[in-house]
Amino acid sequence: MNELFKTFIGLEIHVELRTLSKMFCGCINNHFGVAPNTHTCPVCLGLPGALPYPNKRAIEWTALIGLALNCKINKNSKFDRKHYFYPDLPKGYQISQYDEPLASSGWLQMSNVKLQITNKIKIRRVHLEEDTGKLVHKKVNSENVTLVDFNRSGVPLVEIVTEPDIKTPAEAKEFAQKLQKIIRFLGVSDCDMEKGSMRLEANISLAPYTVHSPSRRPLRAGGRSQITKLPDYKVEIKNINSFRFLEKAINYEIKRQSDLLSQGKTPNQETRGWSEAKNATVPQRFKETEADYRYFPEPDIPPIVFTNEEIKQFRNSIPLMPDEIEKRFRNIYKLPVHYIEVLTENKGLAIFAENALKIAKKKGLPLDKLAGEIVNKPIDFTKVSVDAFIKKFKEKGSNIITSSSELEIWITKSIEDTPNAVADYKKGKTQAISAIIGNVMKLSKGKADPSVVRKLLEEKLR
Amino acid sequence: MNNKLTLKEAQNLLFSDKVKSEEIVSDCISAIKKYDKKLNAYLTINETPRSKSGKTNNSKRKLELAGIPYAIKDNFLTKGIKTTAGSKVLDDYIPQYSATVVNKLEDAGAVILGKTNMDAWAHGSSTETSDYGSTKNPWNINHLPGGSSGGSAAAVIADLCIFAIGSETAGSIRQPAAWCGCVGLKPTYGRVSRYGVIAMGSSLDSPGPLTKTVEDSAIVLEALAGADQYDATTSPKPAEKYTSYLNKGVKNLKIGIASEYLLPQMRGDVKKLINDAGEVYEKLGAKVDYVRTMNPEYAIGVYTLIQRSEVSSNLARYDGIRFGNDRSHFGQEAKRRITLGTYALSAGYADKYYKKAQKVRTLYIKDFENIFKKYDLIIGPTSPGPAQKLGATKGQAMFGEMEDILVEPSTISGLPGLSIPCGYVDGLPIGLDIIGPQFSEGLIIQAGNAYEKATPWHKQKPKL
Repeated sequence: MNELFKTFIGLEIHVELRTLSKMFCGCINNHFGVAPNTHTCPVCLGLPGALPYPNKRAIEWTALIGLALNCKINKNSKFDRKHYFYPDLPKGYQISQYDEPLASSGWLQMSNVKLQITNKIKIRRVHLEEDTGKLVHKKVNSENVTLVDFNRSGVPLVEIVTEPDIKTPAEAKEFAQKLQKIIRFLGVSDCDMEKGSMRLEANISLAPYTVHSPSRRPLRAGGRSQITKLPDYKVEIKNINSFRFLEKAINYEIKRQSDLLSQGKTPNQETRGWSEAKNATVPQRFKETEADYRYFPEPDIPPIVFTNEEIKQFRNSIPLMPDEIEKRFRNIYKLPVHYIEVLTENKGLAIFAENALKIAKKKGLPLDKLAGEIVNKPIDFTKVSVDAFIKKFKEKGSNIITSSSELEIWITKSIEDTPNAVADYKKGKTQAISAIIGNVMKLSKGKADPSVVRKLLEEKLR
Repeated sequence: MNNKLTLKEAQNLLFSDKVKSEEIVSDCISAIKKYDKKLNAYLTINETPRSKSGKTNNSKRKLELAGIPYAIKDNFLTKGIKTTAGSKVLDDYIPQYSATVVNKLEDAGAVILGKTNMDAWAHGSSTETSDYGSTKNPWNINHLPGGSSGGSAAAVIADLCIFAIGSETAGSIRQPAAWCGCVGLKPTYGRVSRYGVIAMGSSLDSPGPLTKTVEDSAIVLEALAGADQYDATTSPKPAEKYTSYLNKGVKNLKIGIASEYLLPQMRGDVKKLINDAGEVYEKLGAKVDYVRTMNPEYAIGVYTLIQRSEVSSNLARYDGIRFGNDRSHFGQEAKRRITLGTYALSAGYADKYYKKAQKVRTLYIKDFENIFKKYDLIIGPTSPGPAQKLGATKGQAMFGEMEDILVEPSTISGLPGLSIPCGYVDGLPIGLDIIGPQFSEGLIIQAGNAYEKATPWHKQKPKL
């Protein structure tokens, strides 16, 4: 996408674990929509004399994330103190992990069918730390004040750091989405960006492709040399609260940095934030050098030691991962890509579909249609049994309408009924089509064949 | 005069209904009122000590420490009772919760008399760096009581309580016990919970008792020891019945006198007292000889670096935002320690200082492991000499570290130690330190108890 520069993108993703209690105390781990400072105790308030007592489940769940990302689980790891002063950090240090994270050296296979990418993104490390409190800026008695809510203080937070292997904004977005799916399948976090249980940060830097003189070394295709060394600056982007903004922010940053480099300037090493209003990244603070956090081993918590047996147990407790289910849907049931995407969005739905498809395959039912039925008529898989669903599907099979003038009328009416979805679809949000299909299904009282409807709609809206 | 009772005597009298808790408490309060203006051992007196658990009702009476009043160092959090750690930063701080040690003693029925003076933040070995003025040594008020648990040691020997609680990072229980002539027990690191104790050197801090006799130490340790669900560094090893080690003698125990601890600059009469103690043990049937140890002087550097690094981190929370005064209220000693610790942990220096110190620490641990393959216990002087004069710390940034040189090697190795009086020079007490392997508190108590029964030192009291 960039002619003159090679792009290096690395992601740092924070995920709050949904354990019952906080990381180092018995307080309830729930800070969203709760009255301020109601879930606190001496430990998470950093009162004198209070000591952290680590949450075993949070440590195990972090190991699960590590394993799902093909990391090595380190048999010996420890917590460290990371020091900095900020009002939302009551102890003056954050308990984190420095040189011995719980998991390291993993990778995630990017195999998005739509983007035709097959690329391994290396994972540098997965570590566990505690979340901070939250600052609330507001007016009290007509005075501007900053209040601190410590409900979030001490919530278990997993940090996942990639190598700067990501090459395009789209790939960064796909990586983050894939990671979200994996963690949701593990069931260890909601990964809800609106609630802040998943937070994205991107590091971006660019290096010019240098052209070697032919006399010294033969040119590679396109006259570009291989670049292996990272640029000596990097820009960190924070405040990204959706996948779409991640893509936009990186795009903006690549343009900004390549403009600077083209003028012979080196971009500043700094932290920038994504501004939705300005549709741009804006400087937050300069980072001349690495901040000195004065890490040292947390003396209040003994080192963490795993045996081979324990690591084996963690490995065995990993459920079917989205990749494997996707592979089954693709290779065994031969489902179309857009169905696979929807069906693997969440674990419950994927397992429901897998179970239904398995039976349907045995009974020789049309798999495509069955999948379409699940995709287009969202069913509550927590209430409907797979058997009941199959039975109903078979009964309906006899009177499904695949072509008729009636179908045409429903489609035309639905396009009128759902102008927003139509507009979104035309803008490239292909997902929006499901809303229109849903409307057709409603009008037809479930008699239309959703896969046929989709095909017809796609032709019409092209 | 019930304030003069030992813990064991008080327990017996209370159990047999010969005395009421209220009587002991009021005698202690009277003694405090009479003598503490001179000694300054207490920072806060608990005005209503009986309201909590002091009522010697029948159900409480059966508890081990029911109705027994004690003094506790002011770095232990006491719910509802001001806790300053000897610093103006916490001048008005009233904790919302109590330390595990306080809860355990309350569960055993003991009654808090008050909070004792200490070097601010436990940074010192004199109690002279307290923001509330130095405690005076009851044997001679022109001398220091030692520290940092100086208030607790002075309160015990002056009979201003039945027993006291202190905390030791390196020497802070044993050194004031030695200088004041009482018994001080520093348990193995992790034997007694640190939860609710204002942290100094987190990897070293050990709460423990200061008492009038070794027997009393055993009784208090029994109430304190054990794993705590609020302190991840407490040992899962079950606590022992330490009183079962009393009256067992020392026959056939192998005891080594640490020859390296009889420092060249040490006074001859102090060395003689230690050698005399060796002879006492020999007469009691122990096998005693001299044992070579690693030179204790390297422990000063190791201890200083580890402790200062941890201090700089532990004091970061005192920002004055949520409680207490702001950081300008830190005294000179705390500022020095924060500065040195911050420097030692800075990028590029952590390897040179903090990590190197940890390596030397490992060497000391191995040295002790080797010694304890051949010896059951080691003895030596607790402190290089008797209590120094008031003002001795002025201009001496390393005063504490030099005074604590003889307890630092075992402290950085996490070992337990017991200081008991073993004689007097210039009218001031000298302490004998008994050191054992990790979790050997029982054996140490056994040896201390045997020595105490064979010698008159613990019966001597200062004239106030």
